[in-house]
Amino acid sequence: MSFDNAYEAITEDNDARWAFGTGFDDPLAGVSTDLPAEVDRAELAQYCLMLGDDALIMSHRLQEWCTRAPELEDEVAIANIGLDLLGQARFLLARAGAVDGGGRGEDEYAFLREESQFRNVRLVEIANGDFAHTMARLLVFATWRLALLDALVSSADPVIAAIAAKGVKEVTYHRDYAGRWVVRLGGGTAYSRARMADGLAAMWPLVDELFRPHELELRMARAGVGVDPSRLRPEFDTVLAEVLRAATLEAPQAAPLAGVAERYGRHGVHTEVMGYLLAELQSVRRAHHEGASW
Amino acid sequence: MVTSVSGRWCPNTICHSRLVHRARAAAEAVVDPELPMLTLADLGVLRGVRVGADGGVTVSITPTYLGCPAMDAMRADLRTTLRGAGFEDVRVEVVLDPAWSTSWISEGGRRKLASAGIAPPRDSDPGRGAGRRFGEPIPLTLTPPARRVPCPRCGSEDTEQTSEFSATACKALRRCRSCREPFEHVKEI
Repeated sequence: MSFDNAYEAITEDNDARWAFGTGFDDPLAGVSTDLPAEVDRAELAQYCLMLGDDALIMSHRLQEWCTRAPELEDEVAIANIGLDLLGQARFLLARAGAVDGGGRGEDEYAFLREESQFRNVRLVEIANGDFAHTMARLLVFATWRLALLDALVSSADPVIAAIAAKGVKEVTYHRDYAGRWVVRLGGGTAYSRARMADGLAAMWPLVDELFRPHELELRMARAGVGVDPSRLRPEFDTVLAEVLRAATLEAPQAAPLAGVAERYGRHGVHTEVMGYLLAELQSVRRAHHEGASW
Repeated sequence: MVTSVSGRWCPNTICHSRLVHRARAAAEAVVDPELPMLTLADLGVLRGVRVGADGGVTVSITPTYLGCPAMDAMRADLRTTLRGAGFEDVRVEVVLDPAWSTSWISEGGRRKLASAGIAPPRDSDPGRGAGRRFGEPIPLTLTPPARRVPCPRCGSEDTEQTSEFSATACKALRRCRSCREPFEHVKEI
């Protein structure tokens, strides 16, 4: 086979993935994949899915802004943030497949799981709403995830630690971007201020769930692999207060969105829109399930 | 074209080190698909080139950002180039640790960026959160940081940031107030 043009080079080895950016042979090759001592492989895989699904579904919602953002700079920014999160998701889903031993790749997790098998918090799945809603969600999400990744840098799992170390640098930019928009809209006109306040109010019922630990997260925290999310709350509150003060906005008051019999996103219990989201994310892959790889 | 570089033909150490030298030289010449004025070595994403006893080459690269979509193109370019240099069995692996940061860009790479009209990262502006004490949260930056990034076209330091995100994840958009030209800046992480 000759490699005189880029197309042939990419399609070598009968690789059906002809587009740029669709896959590594193994995104984790070369990373120390030693398992931390006394950690159940299936549970570690589930924990990686929790961290990965948050990033995957948030990325999907941000991608819905492509061609719809108010300005070119924001179009590019939102696409970049979505791409960063998709990268985090790919490595985390690949790690889940590597540790659970079932031989599943990142694509099988993303495209072939049922709704109840997704472990993301419900904050990331709700519809985008307007630009202010999107910035409110991104601020809440990035503030929480940055605190989480910063704590995971010292994880006993070498892959989670490496992904977290990289993710911290990325999400720092995401949080600043969203924070600046909240300040700009909050301190803008009476109209922009009201829209921004609406956006924050819409997110607030989903905030408590971010800090409500699932039993698996607690076991992972005890093993030194994960983080008990309830310990991230003080940092989250401090950062949000700083942004809201600069934006001259009040923290909303809202009752937390109920789960189903104390089960929430981490248990696989989602809101109605999750089904529509997964239909868009998965339908092409499910329609062409034979012989195609993505 | 070299027809065989298999260690079976030439199992001694001197020959092996020549192979390593040739593989490394070939890999170091591969350019970045998004910043073609830089080689992967200039950019600091090329982490290692190993040649096994059977003549197989393993090249290690690291992503600038986890979602960097150019990784596949890098992998394909490395394979093509190494095969052109006579290595049939080429493996490209991705390493995550230690994480890439802009400090991995070589001095030569910074000069090449500047002469291509892209402002290089400035080590005097370390990424946010550098130097914080253990247990402290990463500080928020609610106003665009007042970085002194000289215009790569006219050299003026009177430039402003228009967006922290650009056509690729690793660059920000800026504008020069003196010559009025927009330009890109490889942002510090």
